[in-house]
Amino acid sequence: MADTPQKPSFHQKFFEKNSLILTLGVVVTISIGGIVEIAPLFYLNSTIEEVEGVRPYTPLELMGRQIYMREGCYNCHSQMIRPLRDEVERYGHYSLAAESMYDRPFQWGSKRTGPDLARVGGRYSDEWHRDHLIHPQSVVPESIMPPYAFLQDAVLDYSTITAHLRVNQFLGVPYSDEAVENAVADLEAQVDEFSSGYDDLIARYPGAQIRNFDGNAEVITEMDALIAYLQVLGTMVDFSTYSPDAEANQR
Amino acid sequence: MYEALAGFAQTWGLLFFFAVFIGVLVYALWPKNREKFDAAARMPLNDDAPPSEDGKKDESNV
Amino acid sequence: MSQATAMPVKSSGLDGMLIGLICILGAFWSLMAAARGVDPQMVAHGWLMLGGFIIGLVLVVNAYSANGRVEETGLYHDNVIKAGAIATMFWAVVGLLVGVVIALQLAWPNIFYFEQFGFLNFGRLRPLHTSAVIFAFGGNALIATSFYVVQRTSRARLAGGLWPWFVFWGYQFFIVIAASGYVMGVTQAQEYAEPEWYADIWLTLVWVAYLMVFLGTLWKRKEPHIYVANWFYLAFIVTIAVLHLVNNLSIPVDPFGSFSYRVFSGVQNALTQWWYGHNAVGFFLTAGFLGIMYYFIPKRVERPVYSYRLSIVHFWTLIFIYIWAGPHHLHYTALPEWAQTLGMTFSVMLWMPSWGGMINGLMTLSGAWDKLRTDPVVRMMVVSVAFYGMSTFEGPLMSIRAVNALSHYTDWTIGHVHSGALGWVGMISFGAIYCMGPWLWKKKGMWSRALIEWHFWLATLGILLYIAAMWPSGITQGLMWRAYNDLGFLEYSFIETVEAMHPYYIIRAGGGLLFLAGAILMAFNMYKTITGDVSETEDEVTPQPRAIPAE
Repeated sequence: MADTPQKPSFHQKFFEKNSLILTLGVVVTISIGGIVEIAPLFYLNSTIEEVEGVRPYTPLELMGRQIYMREGCYNCHSQMIRPLRDEVERYGHYSLAAESMYDRPFQWGSKRTGPDLARVGGRYSDEWHRDHLIHPQSVVPESIMPPYAFLQDAVLDYSTITAHLRVNQFLGVPYSDEAVENAVADLEAQVDEFSSGYDDLIARYPGAQIRNFDGNAEVITEMDALIAYLQVLGTMVDFSTYSPDAEANQR
Repeated sequence: MYEALAGFAQTWGLLFFFAVFIGVLVYALWPKNREKFDAAARMPLNDDAPPSEDGKKDESNV
Repeated sequence: MSQATAMPVKSSGLDGMLIGLICILGAFWSLMAAARGVDPQMVAHGWLMLGGFIIGLVLVVNAYSANGRVEETGLYHDNVIKAGAIATMFWAVVGLLVGVVIALQLAWPNIFYFEQFGFLNFGRLRPLHTSAVIFAFGGNALIATSFYVVQRTSRARLAGGLWPWFVFWGYQFFIVIAASGYVMGVTQAQEYAEPEWYADIWLTLVWVAYLMVFLGTLWKRKEPHIYVANWFYLAFIVTIAVLHLVNNLSIPVDPFGSFSYRVFSGVQNALTQWWYGHNAVGFFLTAGFLGIMYYFIPKRVERPVYSYRLSIVHFWTLIFIYIWAGPHHLHYTALPEWAQTLGMTFSVMLWMPSWGGMINGLMTLSGAWDKLRTDPVVRMMVVSVAFYGMSTFEGPLMSIRAVNALSHYTDWTIGHVHSGALGWVGMISFGAIYCMGPWLWKKKGMWSRALIEWHFWLATLGILLYIAAMWPSGITQGLMWRAYNDLGFLEYSFIETVEAMHPYYIIRAGGGLLFLAGAILMAFNMYKTITGDVSETEDEVTPQPRAIPAE
């Protein structure tokens, strides 16, 4: 029936349009939900609580976070304490949106094959972390975590740290120009309590923990960076100044 | 702002979605469309018209 | 008969030139990355990609060797689908194998971790497993079947000359870049969106080509209507494109560095990621495979779909509602509560269209129920639809906040995912492959029906073991976490809940092993079907035409 030359071309033209209409219909249909749910998060002031103490990561912590992501820690550890009685008692104050507002990407996780790490900072000593990462079963015999002994021998490659901070600054993380320029110095200062850059580092990153994290003063390792990151997790917010009932924090 | 958005979503949004859903139902159940849909449903079954040409090999693409 | 039918025409060559250009530009960038990469992973990937682009260029040139490329307009383009079917089986075995390995690691960490091979740790292999099964196995199954279905229901040859081959090889290339990246530690650390920025850009290019090939074939069609399976495939392709683009917005640290920073941070990043993550389930693992269901079940049982009207309502309600459901992954988190509530509401509503689709698939067999007994392929697809129904009941249940408070962060989620992935996605894909094998290679049937039966039972038993282990494991763990003793203290330390998982993890690994064994049987059966003599087989299929019918 479609033998005449004109007819199929008419058909083609008309239904070409139809498949585009279908495509357009799909795009419109799926856009509604996405826009209505996601867009307000950027505009509603109530999305992120007002708290004091959250600062950008120090260069060393930021590099430690890279290791955390590289090794896929998020596959087994969450960083999101829910406001449920048992979780708050087990892990500490429930997590606030403000605590991960500089996190790119967020690492809230979806599975607890191991415990939540949102407030692991300060809970264990550096030595404990070191032993645990090298051979988890040596400190927790029943643990099913894999060994990360290679981190203590891996020299940290921080050649791109300045670029890391610059991209974060560009995306709106409040790193000052000075912080970006001194990224390398700040990173090196954080593993050395007697560093001449100690005061500058503290001034730029209030509360930063400065010490040799892996017990090896010769060289900055990936172990240093990872432990520095783990030790800062969940320690930034000053909960004495946070009131969940305040108008600004009602969500 | 939150109140206003929520209020709008809970009234007009709901009505709009309901109207769209009714629209889909009407389209699917409209009696005139029945024949079209019955024909469409048979499409996977109708494509065995000519016997296959076994001699021909499809080697046109690598 | 119209004049174009069965007349080979000389290809214009524009497709080959463009693909060649892409390969040359890609090779140039890869060489720069290999020479100037700021991290060792980037350098390694530079060399790898350079190799890939050079092979691509050779393939393009080869396609034009001798006296130009000839386009067979009268025949369906089946070779690319054959390649897709083989790739599907290959990646199925790889992905399932990695899954078994990581299951064994959780069951017996002291045996399956190696201190000197840190790259084989769970954290790096788990993304390899999820990507290999979802994107490599599932993606290849979808690309191959969509190419099959769109041609048959349009009565038109695949559009685009060499472009379908670009889609196929480009997609395999993406998988190789992503997978090798995970092992080297190149990751965005966002679940199911782990590939880094350069792999994402490449996938975008491949995906646009895929969409154009698909739409181009629809534009050439000789049927007035677009068959509903194609609607589902189209929704899958278009939506995945949108999700991929939005969720992977990022800025690389260096143009020749392997790491990038997300444009969104914190809570916005979280919602965008789970909007992506859940709709990867909704549009990749559901809509796409519903396309398979709506074509292959009617075709195999030789009767039209139960209700075409229901399929239309199914389609629009499913795609509309699914897109909202993401926030149920973030219950009780720092995401504002209104968003959580929206996500939960739509997730519960999603139950209805899902079951509409399930009923439509199952009832297609009405009047042919005896095939369940006689044809293991039909049985496989029906069990698959049954698992679809079960998972889409379980999903809404788990999205209710009170239930989620218990189930979230536990193995219950893992069990739910696998009843969907192994039961629904796996079984419907296996069914489609068993249908397409004899059709594509023009055989009387599969080499051995007994092996299909074995595959069916191994796979079913494997799934049952898997989910029967993960439900109690998840619920036990959730209950232990919240258990209090008489004095009002938490009863169990975290490590005690880990210890309690041990027997379940062993059973789970066993279930995975059975499922893998079934997939290996399928690959062997398919190998014998393609290469061997199948004249004695019991598995008889209706032969499908290769020439495009002219009306």
